[in-house]
Amino acid sequence: MSLITEGAQVARPVGADGRAEPSLAGVGDYFALLKPRVMSLVVFTALVGLMVAPGHLHPVVGFIALLCIAVGAGAAGALNMWYDADIDALMTRTADRPIPAGRVTRGEALGFGMTLGVFAIAVLGLATNWVAAGLLAFTIFFYVAIYTMWLKRSTPQNIVIGGAAGAFPPMIGWAAATGGVGIESIVLFLIIFFWTPPHFWALSLWRAGDYARAGVPMLPVVAGADETRRQILIYSLMLAPLGVVPWLAGFSGALYGVVSFAAGAAIVWLAVRVRREEGLAAAKQLFGFSIIYLFVLFAVLLADDRLNHLIGRSL
Amino acid sequence: MTIMDQDRDDGIVLTEEQKRRRRARSIAIACALGALVLLFYVLTIVKLGPGVMNRPM
Repeated sequence: MSLITEGAQVARPVGADGRAEPSLAGVGDYFALLKPRVMSLVVFTALVGLMVAPGHLHPVVGFIALLCIAVGAGAAGALNMWYDADIDALMTRTADRPIPAGRVTRGEALGFGMTLGVFAIAVLGLATNWVAAGLLAFTIFFYVAIYTMWLKRSTPQNIVIGGAAGAFPPMIGWAAATGGVGIESIVLFLIIFFWTPPHFWALSLWRAGDYARAGVPMLPVVAGADETRRQILIYSLMLAPLGVVPWLAGFSGALYGVVSFAAGAAIVWLAVRVRREEGLAAAKQLFGFSIIYLFVLFAVLLADDRLNHLIGRSL
Repeated sequence: MTIMDQDRDDGIVLTEEQKRRRRARSIAIACALGALVLLFYVLTIVKLGPGVMNRPM
């Protein structure tokens, strides 16, 4: 596997005088390489993993840990854009990213991503522990090498297996606080892992043309919309009970139990509608709600944990 | 090309826009390096405590 794929603008284009043209990249272009929207969800889930973990982490160390996880996620995003620039140029959703738009070269994105990744892992290891740093390193490796380079272009199960990369952050947060991996953090991992397929497949239902043009074997492209709708329902049916597990297993309170049960019922109801209705309206609703679902679940888990701490202190 | 011609070669002449963006990138790098220095300083104090200053001479 070559590190630089064909058809890539690795270095700056050369002008008439034989010299490389100076860069026009702005700071915002480099920030865009970090995929800030994805990063925000990563930071939030990592924060929850870190906060609900037993033990005490100094707030400054906790902040640095979150910063490292955010930068590590950003590095993975930059390396993803470095590798995927050729297919990004073919999809309307991604055509204006810094590399396909010609503002940043692939070589610059590779250097940027590698530098940030190495720094994020090293600082996380020095600030917290090497279990957390190792998990962050594995997450970046998984997202870039396993998902981006291998699975994304070769199987419709790409986002199912690749979804693990997005599920690791709460586990890294937990490891930063405890130095290990608890069963609770594995449950948080599984919630995000099973949340990813309905979330991405709902999006891919109306972006199938984009993926087909780029040759990405997303499920609607390979197996059709009907099979995708069926798979969305299956994964939603697995996700809903999994979302309640933190309460059932006793590491969150009744508030979380009620909210996760209601949110799970809502996501299953939307998935049933996606399965039954022909149009894309239900799929778009499911996509939008899935983001709210994950945010609410983790926010309530955190709120419930803080509430229990307060009650525990006052008794 | 004569030696005189080479002497007159001013290299790459940046446009105003290219200069502006290069300056913005340079400031961003300086801020990132400054933040990293601050981060290591604060982290050292937090992990080792103020006792890090009390070293036997």
